[in-house]
Amino acid sequence: MAQSPVLARGFELPLEPRLPRIGSVDAVALEARAESLAKRSIKKEAKLFALELAIRMTDLTTLEGADTPGKVHALATKAVRPDPSDESIPSCAALCVYPNLVPTAVARLRGTGVKVASVATAFPSGQSPLDGKVRETEEVVAMGADEVDMVIDRGAFLSGRYAKVYDEIVQVKRACGEAHLKVILEVAELGTYDNVRRASLLAMAAGADFVKTSTGKLSGAATLPVTLCMLEAIRDVYEETGRMVGMKPAGGIRQAKQAVQYLVQLYETLGAEWLTPDLYRIGASTLLNDVLMQIRKERTGRYQSPDYFTVD
Amino acid sequence: MTELEQKGQGALVPSGWDYVPAPESREIVRIDERYGHFVGGEWLEPRETYTTIAPASEEPLAEVGQATPEEVQNAIATAREAFDNGWSALPGSERAKYLFRIARILQERSREFAVLESLNGGKPIKESRDVDLPLAAAHFFYYAGWADKLEYAFPNRRPKPVGVAGQIIPWNFPLLMLAWKIAPALACGNTVVLKPAETTPLTALLFCDVVRQAELPAGVVNIVTGDGRAGAAIVDGDVDKIAFTGSTEVGKAIQRQVAGTGKKLTLELGGKAANIVFDDCALDQAVEGIVNGIYFNQGHVCCAGSRLFVQESIHDDVVEKLKRRMKTLRVGDPLDKNTDVGAINSRAQLERIRELVAAGEEEGAEIYQPPCRLPEQGYWFAPTVFTNVAQSYRIAQEEIFGPVLSVLTFRTPAEAVEKANNTPYGLSAGIWTEKGSRILWMAERMRAGVVWANTFNRFDPASPFGGYKESGFGREGGRHGLEPYLEFQS
Repeated sequence: MAQSPVLARGFELPLEPRLPRIGSVDAVALEARAESLAKRSIKKEAKLFALELAIRMTDLTTLEGADTPGKVHALATKAVRPDPSDESIPSCAALCVYPNLVPTAVARLRGTGVKVASVATAFPSGQSPLDGKVRETEEVVAMGADEVDMVIDRGAFLSGRYAKVYDEIVQVKRACGEAHLKVILEVAELGTYDNVRRASLLAMAAGADFVKTSTGKLSGAATLPVTLCMLEAIRDVYEETGRMVGMKPAGGIRQAKQAVQYLVQLYETLGAEWLTPDLYRIGASTLLNDVLMQIRKERTGRYQSPDYFTVD
Repeated sequence: MTELEQKGQGALVPSGWDYVPAPESREIVRIDERYGHFVGGEWLEPRETYTTIAPASEEPLAEVGQATPEEVQNAIATAREAFDNGWSALPGSERAKYLFRIARILQERSREFAVLESLNGGKPIKESRDVDLPLAAAHFFYYAGWADKLEYAFPNRRPKPVGVAGQIIPWNFPLLMLAWKIAPALACGNTVVLKPAETTPLTALLFCDVVRQAELPAGVVNIVTGDGRAGAAIVDGDVDKIAFTGSTEVGKAIQRQVAGTGKKLTLELGGKAANIVFDDCALDQAVEGIVNGIYFNQGHVCCAGSRLFVQESIHDDVVEKLKRRMKTLRVGDPLDKNTDVGAINSRAQLERIRELVAAGEEEGAEIYQPPCRLPEQGYWFAPTVFTNVAQSYRIAQEEIFGPVLSVLTFRTPAEAVEKANNTPYGLSAGIWTEKGSRILWMAERMRAGVVWANTFNRFDPASPFGGYKESGFGREGGRHGLEPYLEFQS
């Protein structure tokens, strides 16, 4: 592993004053803690606060083979004004698309404050030569992507070639330039919380701005315990180095209630400083309408039919 | 609701997120103005009464009986009659039916019991809802299963019921301790006279309603209320067995009182458990375990992990993480679903905690309490941790029975064992390491009735519970828990 910082955003694993501690995770206790946090009862103004924040943190996502400029244009419009009938609803944080659709997204979102995020590095498997990954990253940034969501090479990680994983992240980070880098671990393929913790630390050491759970292409995507595991790694890096790394759970978060649970977990693990789209994102496609519906319910006391919320 | 403050590049970020109160409704439970003693299936008008309160607000809840020795003797005589006239001769499978019925009714009425438990005892509703009630029902289910299998539990020993059991329970888990006592006693064919703690009689009195609903024969379960005088009358009375859970001091007095009488006795007393954290543990989960070990139920837990032994190489990290975690503990209204730490059970207990904490400061330990606003009414104590604690300090030796943790250090496993065992108590211990062989090595050497590995305060009706040394004798739970309620002929 690296002995000195490779990049300005990287950090040295500290040898002094103590041995580097990767540490381990107890699965039973981690899941118990996540379950107990999920039982918080969040109501009224506290709930509205969370729902509004969830919208501001959403990376509205479409990652399908069937994506077209028309679909991306519609979704980009939704990201800017999620509820055309309500001025007070904020915009989403970003729109997350495939590389070929970056120009369409950039054209629609320029000047709106909504960021364009592009997946890259042979998403979703990451099983391609490094040159291509770096070039793809440079291309999406050149096309105007503000953020890059890369995948780690799980094949390399699971076969113990950690240096390869680390090196790839470093190179992609360099290719990002000013663009923010989110590193997708694809936790469902890592198998254990210990691996998730190791991969999180590896990604942060290599310079990741965010660590992200999943591609959304597998059934086992973000869960509360796995997100908690990553938040704890982020907390350790913060305490060790003072660096604040962001977190992005993605995949499987479809209901407003889940979004509130994720935010409670964030608040009680990393504190109020992380309650910002600069440091937390939720990767989702269908979540937004449920959040809008819940906000209207909280305000009016009644549920409205889904027909009153646009499907994009 | 949330203050916004200007940060960095002009972005507004919240400085906090106030969860609005989320109280569980009190409407579900009806509290009578006045309760008598429940004897022979009837409510008997008490001769003397006292007021039981809600410790979180000091609000009076009800008048309950202070049993006189005569009233206690009457209850014991009634239990004896019920024992002789049918209950002891009933087939095990029939007794099981009643116990299963009680278990199911407890499940059905669990919200009602949980609210009352939190109201009268001060514990957070999330604990009474998620721990006390499910475990109490589980105990009745579990012992219902043994009722017709006693011959198989003790082959060739011809188990027979003991007779009338006098049971005296504490205020920290009122309904759960009632279940621990009544379920095995009834499963074995005994009848009981039970006295709940002076400060927490209400769930035991509500339980009488369950006894009626389950159509348990009259006199099998009798409940009398009152302070230690009523307890002493039970110990003195014509009972065949005493089961006591409470302080070591009272336990010793009971043991002296029953010496030479031939009454069977089990005692579950105090503790000063060691929670031992090795440098190779899963750190964040260990910190959760430390918090759960000492702040669960305000530390009113006989097996609370009140002495934390941390390997010296990770002491600073653990203490830092612990303090950070303590800041997120929500202290307040026990009925609020988001409350983590509730009210101290009584003024007397609060005073004892204050006295020991003052002693800790005086002796030179370093105190930390997270910033938290304590309600003005009621009995409250902030979660507290002491660092720089020496083995000889009172806070490291005496049971505090409150949300107060003492942190000590060790260097090697052998030193951890030696220090952990260096106490007159021996109820429980915790070990935190990712190394399986070390768990086994440590567990073999801990002189404690329960040893938890990478968890703490976890209970199951199938698992026997009880102490070494001054933590008592006899086991409750599991097959072991049947034995104190049986006589054997071989």
